[in-house]
Amino acid sequence: MKKLVERITNGIIVENPTFVQVIGMCPTLAVTTGAKNGIGMGLATTAVLVGSNLFISLLRKFIPSKIRIPAYVVIIASLVTLVEFILQAFVRSLYSQLGLFIPLIVVNCIILARAEAYASKNKLLPSIADGLGMGLGFTLALAILGSVREILGAGKIFDFPIMPSSYQPAVIMILAPGAFFTLGILMATLNHFRNKKVKDA
Amino acid sequence: MNLFILFLSAILVNNFVLSRFLGICPFLGVSKKAETALGMGIAVTFVMTLASMFSYMVYHWMLIPLQIEYLYTIAFILVIASLVQFVEMVIQKTSPTLYQALGVYLPLITTNCAVLGVAVINMNEGYNLIESIINGVGAALGFTLAIVLFAGIRERIENNKILAAFQGFPIALITAGLMSIAFLGFQGLL
Repeated sequence: MKKLVERITNGIIVENPTFVQVIGMCPTLAVTTGAKNGIGMGLATTAVLVGSNLFISLLRKFIPSKIRIPAYVVIIASLVTLVEFILQAFVRSLYSQLGLFIPLIVVNCIILARAEAYASKNKLLPSIADGLGMGLGFTLALAILGSVREILGAGKIFDFPIMPSSYQPAVIMILAPGAFFTLGILMATLNHFRNKKVKDA
Repeated sequence: MNLFILFLSAILVNNFVLSRFLGICPFLGVSKKAETALGMGIAVTFVMTLASMFSYMVYHWMLIPLQIEYLYTIAFILVIASLVQFVEMVIQKTSPTLYQALGVYLPLITTNCAVLGVAVINMNEGYNLIESIINGVGAALGFTLAIVLFAGIRERIENNKILAAFQGFPIALITAGLMSIAFLGFQGLL
């Protein structure tokens, strides 16, 4: 039990895929025009990540190591197709908003990285916990990024206006450059606190 | 003429890296030196051109006749993975020098989302074979342009004093943001 909790917090905080490992950048930058899209993308990725870790951990003794990467990719691609169907059927608006980036979950490096680094070497339950932790860490990062961009760029959060009407939305934050700036400044802020902690210690 | 507009818009207006956010991983990862960035760009151009062509063939000549279009994700990723493997083998046999230069970047192209992205975009937009290839080449050249320019800027940044908190990724991201603003200017071009 302790190990499972450790895996989950590891994914969310210690080895956060976005802020610490800096992988899976394409969806991180592309779909975070709003908090809702960010969370939707994060949860879709989490579902694939948990599923792929589950299957790869179960099959780890049967997949020959020479062809493991193609085997993983096929497992991941099947799961992504499944998630795409589910979104298309039940969450139509999110499906059309995320568009191209749903099939592109296949090439999200986080998923292959966890398969290779963790699920292919560990037992079922820790692997699932690892996938869940990483997925939630990714979702958290996307939610923060999406919220910041939505507040600054549209004066809203989850589509509710929160800024006073005198606020002029900075549209650039919702356009492509805003994604780079927001992530750059968030990372610099984190670095600042990390450097300070090291100095104090 | 339409093909030319498609080509230009794939390079500049809808630049894969700076406006569509595809291929950010190699863009940030392999852009410390202009030389390696160029190598990466050439390899990606090669694979993306072939991937546009083969994914079109697989989709229209195999998936549609069999009525299994919904399996496109799996089909495309398999096409790309085998293509990368194939290109790797051909380059290794015919030009060992180029193989040495590209080294580890070749297999990594499989997980470059720009390659799968171009295949899916061609499919969604309903391009024909020629348009798909033109779009693929244009997108790949756009990627190469962005990564080489970016690497050039990063080489210069290395020699400057950067605030401790901004060193590494943060300053790179902000640079990319400024480049992205510049590329927004092309929006009025077409």
